[in-house]
Amino acid sequence: MELITFYIFATISVVSSILVIGQRRPMTSVILLIVSFGGLSGLYVLLDAPFTAVTQIIIYAGAIMVLFLFVVMLLNAHTEDDSSGPLITPRGMKIGALLSAALAAEVVWALQQVGATTFPSEPGTAASISSVARIGSALFTTHAFAFEVTSILILVSLVGAVVIARKEH
Amino acid sequence: VVTLNHYLLLSGILFCIGTAGVFLRRNLITILLSIEIMLNAVNLTFVAGGRYLQTVDGQIITFFVMTVAAAEAAVGLALVIALFRHKETLNPDAFTLLKW
Repeated sequence: MELITFYIFATISVVSSILVIGQRRPMTSVILLIVSFGGLSGLYVLLDAPFTAVTQIIIYAGAIMVLFLFVVMLLNAHTEDDSSGPLITPRGMKIGALLSAALAAEVVWALQQVGATTFPSEPGTAASISSVARIGSALFTTHAFAFEVTSILILVSLVGAVVIARKEH
Repeated sequence: VVTLNHYLLLSGILFCIGTAGVFLRRNLITILLSIEIMLNAVNLTFVAGGRYLQTVDGQIITFFVMTVAAAEAAVGLALVIALFRHKETLNPDAFTLLKW
């Protein structure tokens, strides 16, 4: 049962990610990426990480992708310039596709060298890592410095985005 | 039964899809979307690793990666807007000012 659910979510995210790459219209790509994130958040639920699944939906699909949608609509650039030709033309791009395929083959080969590693399944382990209280207390004690640095990062990127996108006079 | 290898394999495949997008596409927005795919593939590895080691640190680093992704998307899209204003195109081959 768990295996079937895994394969359903994995297929959703892989197929929609491939379609993101294959689309000419950026708007469709963004919508398909949201579908892919939905599949990934299902996988997070399978991994006993409901907090991460919910933040995936709220932050990624809800905030970052809406930012992308705004920019796509603002630029009003519906398709790529050469919308009639094939998607992969120059030689450099073919080498790129080849390199990505080689990377995928390497990952598959390397994982086959390692034997199958099952997840620990003692009762109570799932509950301990899926607890939001655990995540919160670790975030604000052990990782408090990183958390504070993150707020500075957000502030810097906020100011930077405004300065970069501003119209010059 | 679903093993750790299933998740590692899935995230490896998703990462390769992301690199293929960066290599193949000539559209700045699609390239940024491919970077998001790669970041999500790595997030999946972190969460699966955290589940395997029975610690919440995997989910915490995923949280930080999401924050960095938000900052990256904001600055990257601001750059895309500024570039589009200059050249009226999203093709990265059009921006050759720094090319020797």
